[in-house]
Amino acid sequence: MRLLRRSTPRNDKYGVMNMLREFLKGLFKENPVFVLMLGLCPTLAVSTSFANGLGMGIATTFVLVSSNLTISITRKLFPQRMRIPCFIIIIATFVVIVERILSAYLPELNRQLGIFIPLIVVNCIILGRAEAFASRNSPARAVVDGLGMGFGFTAGLLIISIIREALGSGKIFGVSISTEFEPVALMLLPPGAFLTIGFILALKQMKRKR
Amino acid sequence: MEIVLIFVSAVFVNNFVLSRFLGLCPYIGVSKRTEPAIGMGMAVIFVMTLASSVTWLVYRYILLPYNLEFLRTIAFILVIASFVQFVEIVIQKLSPALYRALGIYLPLITTNCAVLGVAVLNINMFFHNGEVAELSFLKSVVHGFGAGVGFTIAMLLMSGIRERLELANVPESFKGAAIAFITAGLMSMAFFGFAGIVPH
Repeated sequence: MRLLRRSTPRNDKYGVMNMLREFLKGLFKENPVFVLMLGLCPTLAVSTSFANGLGMGIATTFVLVSSNLTISITRKLFPQRMRIPCFIIIIATFVVIVERILSAYLPELNRQLGIFIPLIVVNCIILGRAEAFASRNSPARAVVDGLGMGFGFTAGLLIISIIREALGSGKIFGVSISTEFEPVALMLLPPGAFLTIGFILALKQMKRKR
Repeated sequence: MEIVLIFVSAVFVNNFVLSRFLGLCPYIGVSKRTEPAIGMGMAVIFVMTLASSVTWLVYRYILLPYNLEFLRTIAFILVIASFVQFVEIVIQKLSPALYRALGIYLPLITTNCAVLGVAVLNINMFFHNGEVAELSFLKSVVHGFGAGVGFTIAMLLMSGIRERLELANVPESFKGAAIAFITAGLMSMAFFGFAGIVPH
């Protein structure tokens, strides 16, 4: 499983290049959405507009970075057998923080994202990174990894959101493109999300085969 | 009557996989063959029905009286995780045959967002600002059961289609997950046909 591959510690552990590589792998080589195919439920569900995608991406990145940091600092405290429940409690705590902040300051976004905010807890990317990376690496590397994976997830979400928003409501970043274009409402509905990700994966495979 | 509507709506109209996007990982991951799909589906029905009732009780009798509603997420995931573990131990002791059939799927279910999703939806649907609607315990359980059945139906249909797809001549770039998602999109479109069953 790619998810469980250990990142081998190298000599210049804190070198700039190494950190950069750790960051970039989340964006490209191990992109959570298009390569690892993790966290698909929120990706497909909230990608109806750019704003929703961005909100979900930032919320997930926040939880990912904070939980990676906490788990990396406390990694030696947990007994081996109890670590997964401990990780889940840490992650759930940060999700509750996000829920409280969103419902206080951004109630509209909170309503739009609905149950997918509490469901960040069961997003496989977060528990996956906790288990495969944060519990084995230093806090600094864990934070960089969290940022990279979080931005990779956000980027994947935004690509799908832009396509669906453009085709489904004829808007890009909330601004209408053209008056002559008749939006395909289907793209905003569930089938549109499945078709979009299907075609993106096919394009990716086509590029690799060449 | 309302109970029947909740059930039908959870199975067809608001199908968890095809219209709510919950539980996509097992839906794409375990649907390559029919047999594991049935096993996973049965395990999900079982856990979802029981998790609906347990989380409802926890919310109503522990969180609400002490004004701890904001701890909902953390309480539910803990309840579900320990509950799945408990079910696994009980099944292992009582029925080794059932354990062999469901066993490997049970641990996967903890991180299946459909289970936590049904628990959170029950609260959102049947509690309004902390006020308990009548009969809501029964409704929650029926909703959980219906959601599980809907998940299983979607999963079974998908595994049947994918078994046939293996023999079909799929374009090179669409092989694997890509064609699975496009199939899911078409199925989701087909499920729109059920939208008229339940009055809004």
